[in-house]
Amino acid sequence: MDFRDAPEEAAFRDRLRTWLAGRAGTFPKSGDEYWSRSAQWHRDLYGAGFFGLSWPTKYGGHDLPAVYDVILDEELARAGAPARPSLGYLVEGLGRHGSEEFRQRFLPGMITGDERWCQGFSEPGAGSDLASLTTTATLEGDEWVFHGHKVWTSYSDVADWCLLLARTDATVRRHKGISAFVVNMHQAGIEQRPLQMINGVSNEFGQVLFDGARAPADHLIGEAGEGWALAMTVVGHEREPSTLGFSARYGKLVRAMAAQVEGPPPAELLWAAVETEMLRLHVRRRLSERLDEVVHGPAGSLDKLLMTWTEQSVGHAALAVGGTRDPELLSAYLYSRAQSVMGGTSQIQKNIIATRILGLEA
Amino acid sequence: MDVRLTPEQRQLRAAAARLADDLGPGSVLDLADDDRVARLEKAVAATGWRSLRSDGASGVEVALVVEEFARGLVDVPFAGPVLADDLRRPADDRRDPAGAGAGEAQPWTIAVDGEAFDARGLRDVVSAEGNQLLSGRVGEPVTAIDLTRVRATVLGPREPVGELSPEAAGRWPALAVVVTAADALGAARGAHALAVDYAKVRSQYGHPIGSYQAIAHLLAESLALIEGSVSVLRHAAWAVDELSVAEARAAARIAKVYVQRAARTICETAVQVHGGIGNTWECLAHVHLRRVLTSTELFPVRLEEIDLGFS
Repeated sequence: MDFRDAPEEAAFRDRLRTWLAGRAGTFPKSGDEYWSRSAQWHRDLYGAGFFGLSWPTKYGGHDLPAVYDVILDEELARAGAPARPSLGYLVEGLGRHGSEEFRQRFLPGMITGDERWCQGFSEPGAGSDLASLTTTATLEGDEWVFHGHKVWTSYSDVADWCLLLARTDATVRRHKGISAFVVNMHQAGIEQRPLQMINGVSNEFGQVLFDGARAPADHLIGEAGEGWALAMTVVGHEREPSTLGFSARYGKLVRAMAAQVEGPPPAELLWAAVETEMLRLHVRRRLSERLDEVVHGPAGSLDKLLMTWTEQSVGHAALAVGGTRDPELLSAYLYSRAQSVMGGTSQIQKNIIATRILGLEA
Repeated sequence: MDVRLTPEQRQLRAAAARLADDLGPGSVLDLADDDRVARLEKAVAATGWRSLRSDGASGVEVALVVEEFARGLVDVPFAGPVLADDLRRPADDRRDPAGAGAGEAQPWTIAVDGEAFDARGLRDVVSAEGNQLLSGRVGEPVTAIDLTRVRATVLGPREPVGELSPEAAGRWPALAVVVTAADALGAARGAHALAVDYAKVRSQYGHPIGSYQAIAHLLAESLALIEGSVSVLRHAAWAVDELSVAEARAAARIAKVYVQRAARTICETAVQVHGGIGNTWECLAHVHLRRVLTSTELFPVRLEEIDLGFS
């Protein structure tokens, strides 16, 4: 057991630290600036050889052990740089359920950042109960035609492609009739409506209306009716702080707040520091377990709860340090409330833990 | 970076868990079963684990055994003797001259704040006063809330039995804090297991209470707290031997502050899930809670002691 870097890990960390030091002062200062420059950040990180670390080389990754992602996340946070682009769950979904042809076509662009993606899962009537979704896909000649309404679609306004869940068979029950597609976002038949979040930010989440949007017949991923399995892979990874890569940014915010506090720090900030350190170490443990080929199933829900508690403790610290008068800290607090909803609510995570890990029958 | 337990560490953990499951108290009545206690004492003595530190074991191994023993409410001395063994370890001239080697000599325990801790059946105590190691004798038992570990007065004369190097004097508290945090985590895990089992068999409104989200969600939260505790504690246990004194102490403080809060919540949940029964003396839930509260107060760490300059 060793929490320290192995020599090759230390060398990687040094290279990364040097690269980041050369870019000091250029990182976005505000949320708006962050969003507007996120695509360039993704491409820069990839171009310098620091993104897609644990993904296969044949799709543009580096085939490194998953612990390298920890090093990346820690160093980005330490340097005050933006977090690692958060698309590991899409890579996992397409990687595991798409054909080799699909992977060759779509994974490299996703990993390099040359093609941007969004995820069309949730609907106004299908949130926690995702299998009740009603968006339809109908085969007309050699094209699928889509009708329906998606919501909470992150980055939909800048996406080139959408990984879309739609119903292809209304005669079978619930999840059996759901299929997954790759849909071009640049076409008629797609309408975007931004959502303004409670912190005032309006460039992350959107609603997307599909009204006759089309995709070639071979943009169906796997077979018709296999969409649910892909959806479960994606949401499973979407829950994991180790895949998401933003746990390190909590530590960054805690350190920034510690620097601006005068006198004894408030209890909320001290507790946020404890939670943040716990999560940092928890991610290391989880990624180490991957060396045993541990496949993450319901345990991802435990990780999601821990991440949520951490982010919301940091949110409370932000409120304790900045009150309601510091716009950035207030925004961090308000944004933290979404963590117990996005990627599956805390209540759904607890259902999964109770039934699938503790064996408490629902 | 590879923070998995080694195969040997997993075996040690499994062996400690088996021993605790086989001979630990399975009910409050069992606490008074002197035959069982005698068998447990013999089994624990036979493992030689009370001298893990002088046998060269790391903080990780010590914490694993402490955690499993606490999970099974092992009610013969362990944490105290392990810490005493660590104090008396480094130099041969501090050894009990009568001691015939690891695992054979009568173990010592430690004195904390003038009281012998974990002293059941033991004769000698050691405590660190600055760099000085002082011996004493276990006196009369004193009233304590923990039903699984005995506290006692310390009788003089307190005699110097050795001296710690500044390094050892600085590092020892990290182990003590980690051991008491591991004990709290283990005791909480035991309470959680008890509550999960109960939620599967206790029926109300015609269904097991664990089928209701109101109960299931409490137990799910407890499991997440356990997982977070395991992660933060593992690092602190590793840090005892592998990081600088200051870093090891900081890691131990973080772990204890996290674990003590989690452990109390987990035990309170276990009491709640047991309903009225959980508030009676005969339910083991309070025995776990008492052990958690005791381990929290030993080598205490307050939230205000957390250093915001961490990592």
